[in-house]
Amino acid sequence: MIRQLFKFREMLLVIIIAILLAVFSVRSPGFAAPGNLANIFNDTSILIILALGQMTVILTKSIDLSVAANVAFTGMAVGMLNAAHPELPLVLIVIVALCIGAVLGAINGIFVWKLNIPSIVVTLGTLTIYRGMAFVLSGGAWVNAHQMTAPFLQTPRQLFLGLPILGWTAIVIVAVMYLVMSRTFLGRAIYASGGNPTAAVYAGIDVGRTRFFAFVISGTLAGLCGYLWVSRYAVAYVDIAAGFELDTVAACVIGGISTLGGIGSVAGAVLGALFLGVIKNALPVINISPFAQMAISGSVIIAAVIFNARQERRRGRIILRDRGASEQIEVAA
Amino acid sequence: MTSPADFLPGIFSLPVYLMNKITLPEPMSETPLLEMRGISKSFPGVKALNDVNIALFPGRVTALIGENGAGKSTLVKILTGIYESDEGEIQVDGKPVVFANAQDAIDFGVTAIHQETVLFDELSVAENIFLGHAPKTRLGLVDWKAVNARALALLHSLESNIDPRVRLKDLSIAQRHLVAIARALSVDARIVIMDEPTAALSRKEVDDLFQIVKRLKAQGKAILFISHKFDEVYEIADHYAVFRDGKAVGSGVLAGVGQDEIVKLMVGRSIEHAFPKVDILLGETVLSVENYTHPTEFRDISFALRKGEIFGIYGLVGAGRSEICQSLFGVTKPSGGTLKLAGKEIVIGSPSDAIKAGIVYVPEERGRHGAVLQLPIYQNISLPSLTRTSRSGFLRAAEEFALARKYAERFDLRAAALSVPVGTLSGGNQQKVVIGKWLATQPTILILDEPTKGIDIGSKAAVHAFISELASEGLSIIMVSSELPEILGMSDRVLVMREGLSAGIFERSHLNAETLVRAATGNA
Repeated sequence: MIRQLFKFREMLLVIIIAILLAVFSVRSPGFAAPGNLANIFNDTSILIILALGQMTVILTKSIDLSVAANVAFTGMAVGMLNAAHPELPLVLIVIVALCIGAVLGAINGIFVWKLNIPSIVVTLGTLTIYRGMAFVLSGGAWVNAHQMTAPFLQTPRQLFLGLPILGWTAIVIVAVMYLVMSRTFLGRAIYASGGNPTAAVYAGIDVGRTRFFAFVISGTLAGLCGYLWVSRYAVAYVDIAAGFELDTVAACVIGGISTLGGIGSVAGAVLGALFLGVIKNALPVINISPFAQMAISGSVIIAAVIFNARQERRRGRIILRDRGASEQIEVAA
Repeated sequence: MTSPADFLPGIFSLPVYLMNKITLPEPMSETPLLEMRGISKSFPGVKALNDVNIALFPGRVTALIGENGAGKSTLVKILTGIYESDEGEIQVDGKPVVFANAQDAIDFGVTAIHQETVLFDELSVAENIFLGHAPKTRLGLVDWKAVNARALALLHSLESNIDPRVRLKDLSIAQRHLVAIARALSVDARIVIMDEPTAALSRKEVDDLFQIVKRLKAQGKAILFISHKFDEVYEIADHYAVFRDGKAVGSGVLAGVGQDEIVKLMVGRSIEHAFPKVDILLGETVLSVENYTHPTEFRDISFALRKGEIFGIYGLVGAGRSEICQSLFGVTKPSGGTLKLAGKEIVIGSPSDAIKAGIVYVPEERGRHGAVLQLPIYQNISLPSLTRTSRSGFLRAAEEFALARKYAERFDLRAAALSVPVGTLSGGNQQKVVIGKWLATQPTILILDEPTKGIDIGSKAAVHAFISELASEGLSIIMVSSELPEILGMSDRVLVMREGLSAGIFERSHLNAETLVRAATGNA
């Protein structure tokens, strides 16, 4: 039933996105043209990648609020590296970005795993720390387009089969994450750890370690996005991607990833991100002010949460014995 | 059970137990403060209470005695308005009343003090006592002066000098109990239910508690006292009521009734089904546990488990039975003692170590510890076996399905497909998934914690037959159970535990109910 619900839910999102596209193209012909759709996808790529990282963490009953700060720090670091050492090949820069991101994610993960601190507290702290580190690293200075090399700026913009490399990167990441979540031990452990941590422990899964790796995945993807972001906007400064962590959470929530953990899919996170991307791209086209855009995004998120909560309440029966316990909790509350 | 009252509709005002028990020195004029008549309550698959009568008298302590699962806590929940009974009625002062919710019960003066009291560490003693019904000023604000003054008066009436303004977290456990009692009395209670109030108390604290109980008696309150401990029951109670399998099997005045008689009432059931225990020749020692010790839960436990053996562990709730098993499975760490698996000393640091060593644990709370409800059946069954069904970190769905199919067939699992989430299955089928997933790891030692708790009689027989079958296939089984017939009927040997210590290991030939109950309750 839940499987079917997922399929139903993902189909629902696909249909809603299609309807949106249809409505917008009535108002603005050409909105749904293939070229523009590719643009929208390309524009949403970074959100898709970050949402997948966020999904991994949320599935384990945690949250990573530091993703955007991670983007800012890693982006600043690789931007400065490129400016200081233009001779370094792009591949090396991307590897550096992935590594820095992974380390920042691992720091979150260690606190959650070894010190057992709630992830919301840890990442709220590192959110400020990582952005502060970006400031310390740069002294508040910007890295501007003219300081960066052409390969650094241009590679993600290269078209391949009509879609920029940036968009292709997102597609590759989606495929990799799909494999990780559905075909690896780690993916299964992530679902089990969030779905029922106690049962996971009893099945021999180290829940803390699993959470750690979820944070490492989220951090690594954020590191990659650090490079992609700086390259795309051709500038690195301390405040890039400020507040973007909330967009990643929103994409997950809209995509049906349960904030209680254990429920959600790669397809859901991608569709949630695409939904936000379509709205963001469409509203200016039909002359809706940016402030109304924010209100609309917010309303959609609340609607999605209500929808999720109602679905989750219908979630299966629980084995006989636990009913007494939950009743006692209700009575005690 | 038909009580004579059913044939004599005209004299309902007489306490029912008077008619059940032939010789009673109770004065006929005494009328019960609260009476429950013909109470029945069923849960899916289980009849928790079956036509139960009980009467509570002003100024009297009635001890409610019974094994785990006899229906005591269901009765308490009905009395406090948490459950509604399917049949029967409750009378207060001879008038029928309905407890539709917890507030109704409180309004009729029924209040309960539970084993684990629900209090708030960060609030003051007075706030804890009056939370939810604090005296108000004319403006509708909390009248703190009155709250503190009344809390102080209440505590004084219990002869305690706890300062009502200190925070609860600064009190000892016994003092917290006192606060819980004060809270129970703050609602103008006339009927006080004490559900194993002494479970966490030392002897000295128990004495203090009993002083309070005596004071409550003197104030004319009717007290229902639930305890496993006979010495306490004899010390404090005036009346007794024994429950067994959801039925009231005996009640009356305690004086003059021997412990033997009570124990017989508690356990003396006709065993409903023949236990399908197959006597097999026990093999070599598989696991030996020596001086196993945990910092807080158990101490110096030693036993040896042989191939094909069903080794029972019996004891009261809180005796440390499950804790030993969890420690053998690597969930908690022992502080001393050694484990030898097939003669070789091993250390089990985590459940995955245990699974690798061939030890698996089917936990008591199969809902909380057993299944990941959101995941499909086949993924639940393969979860502890993933190292076998995956190759270099990559899962192989075909093997997972094959494993799941094998155990689904073995247990006759009823499900639309193996890819549906476990949460959509019925309770019984969920249990099959949980057991299947453990057997799929191909263990040599299976630890079963309360394997038939919450299962109806018919299914119990099937589970027992299955346990026997596993043992005859050469699996060694450690079975923790609170149910005497199960322990008696299934075990080759039984370790009885009391308060974290071994109270003896009994051979099958020496097993009988009274010996085990005596050992478990500490009655020589």
